[in-house]
Amino acid sequence: MKVSTSEITPEHLYLSRREFFKTAGLLGAGAAVLAACSPAASEGPVDYAAIGGEPSAIAATDELGDPLNSYHDITNYNNYYEFSIDKARVAALSKDFPTSPWTVSVGGLVRNPRTFDVDDLKKQFSPEERVYRLRCVEGWSMVIPWIGFPLHRLLDVVEPQSEAKFVRFEAVHDPENMPGQTSRWYNWPYIEGLRIDEAYNDLALMTTGLYGKDLVPPNGAPLRLAVPWKYGFKSIKAIVKIDLVETMPVSLWMDAAPNEYHFYSNVNPDVPHPRWSQASERRIGEIGRRSTLLYNGYADQVAHMYHGMEDQRENS
Amino acid sequence: MREIEIRLRKDRSLGGTGERRRRAARWLSPEVLQILVHLASLFPFALLVRDYFTGNLTANPIQAATLRTGKTALTLLALSLVCTPLCTYFRFTVANRWRRPLGLYAFFYAAVHFLIFIWVDLGLNWAFIVEGFIQKPYALVGFTAFLLLIPLAVTSTKGWQRRLGKTWKRLHSLVYYAAGLVVLHYTWVVKTDIREPLLWGFGIGLLLLLRNRAIKRALLDRIRRS
Repeated sequence: MKVSTSEITPEHLYLSRREFFKTAGLLGAGAAVLAACSPAASEGPVDYAAIGGEPSAIAATDELGDPLNSYHDITNYNNYYEFSIDKARVAALSKDFPTSPWTVSVGGLVRNPRTFDVDDLKKQFSPEERVYRLRCVEGWSMVIPWIGFPLHRLLDVVEPQSEAKFVRFEAVHDPENMPGQTSRWYNWPYIEGLRIDEAYNDLALMTTGLYGKDLVPPNGAPLRLAVPWKYGFKSIKAIVKIDLVETMPVSLWMDAAPNEYHFYSNVNPDVPHPRWSQASERRIGEIGRRSTLLYNGYADQVAHMYHGMEDQRENS
Repeated sequence: MREIEIRLRKDRSLGGTGERRRRAARWLSPEVLQILVHLASLFPFALLVRDYFTGNLTANPIQAATLRTGKTALTLLALSLVCTPLCTYFRFTVANRWRRPLGLYAFFYAAVHFLIFIWVDLGLNWAFIVEGFIQKPYALVGFTAFLLLIPLAVTSTKGWQRRLGKTWKRLHSLVYYAAGLVVLHYTWVVKTDIREPLLWGFGIGLLLLLRNRAIKRALLDRIRRS
């Protein structure tokens, strides 16, 4: 084939075209970086109020007089690493997570090991509204009207044996529906634990609802724990298994970062996290910070359990 | 527009064939690219302002704004470091004109990041600030990086460049120390999965290596021979 010289791209044009592609590539990379600055629309907030009934709470404040956080904020700002490490993306990523049917088996060192369907639990233990503060270890907090029943009522049914010293909670392991569980940085499933006297404390709440409605997936549906005097990560979500055990369970966070997260993890403004202060917190919905309260303001109900270990680093 | 075209012709002796290509080249003239660099650098800030006023900054807008401005500052700082190697290795001389705006925008986002933390988050409360900095070593590291960037931003003008002569180049090599501290700051903030901050560190380290004289000579030799 013969190509006339006029058809061959002259060198300077050829070079400028190369320059053009280089520039286009660079601008494309820049655009990608910029796109990463804002989350995709499909992963934005979810209007859970429009799903399964209007949210409504009996109380308007907690016992200290602070107002409840909005249902929208509570359902759209969640630390739930099973779905995402981005708190604003959990609501969208967990929206279709299957939570029914759901059973939880209670066993280990008990006289009556049993498996409960969550719907039966709700009938048997008639959940009530409890307004609790939730203090995240990252330094933010919310006031939340949970619906639940005290854990000790469930324990009474299964009758722990005398050797049982701790309660071990295990969350669901479902990497197909929980994209975060494919991360190898953590040993899934999520594990948490309480000492037996903590588990019998009336504040420890088996939680099935929120704002007068059933729990929705980003808050740990259909069954989670709420232990308000401890940092939020102790309040394990999507529980499938509860075991009474003799030795202290190793939680997911104790396993992932043993120097930063301890078993007790009680809220304590005087014991800093190794990387940041715990003296103050930001209440979601407020600008600025407020001082953090010892045991998150529940000292009257829980301080007696920790006599003699106030100064231990592990107490926080 | 005509003027630009004429200058382009002179600069690159743009030929007469290929109307489409010529139009593309004219469209992406250095001046237009410069404007694009400014617009792209301001875009994350515009997005932040918009998301603030439309309530799209999550339930914790202060944290979201802090994270976003910090990430943008790091991105722009890294991009400003890419300019010189682009010029030395690929003769992509236009990039040299992007270095200063990118660096200054990085400083701008770092300043906003710092002000949000100290002013909005800690409310200029001295007790919180002192405690914050003592108990948050990563905050101290980030603050040091910010301090390092101040003289660089101040002396970024042509006048200072002339006045400082050879010292200017040495002074501005501080940017690599600042970038290193920013990566350390970022790595420290992240909880467990430190892959992303480490990737930034790797990239910036690579750019630093490309500035090394011996490596530069060897690589350029190779490029010339091939």
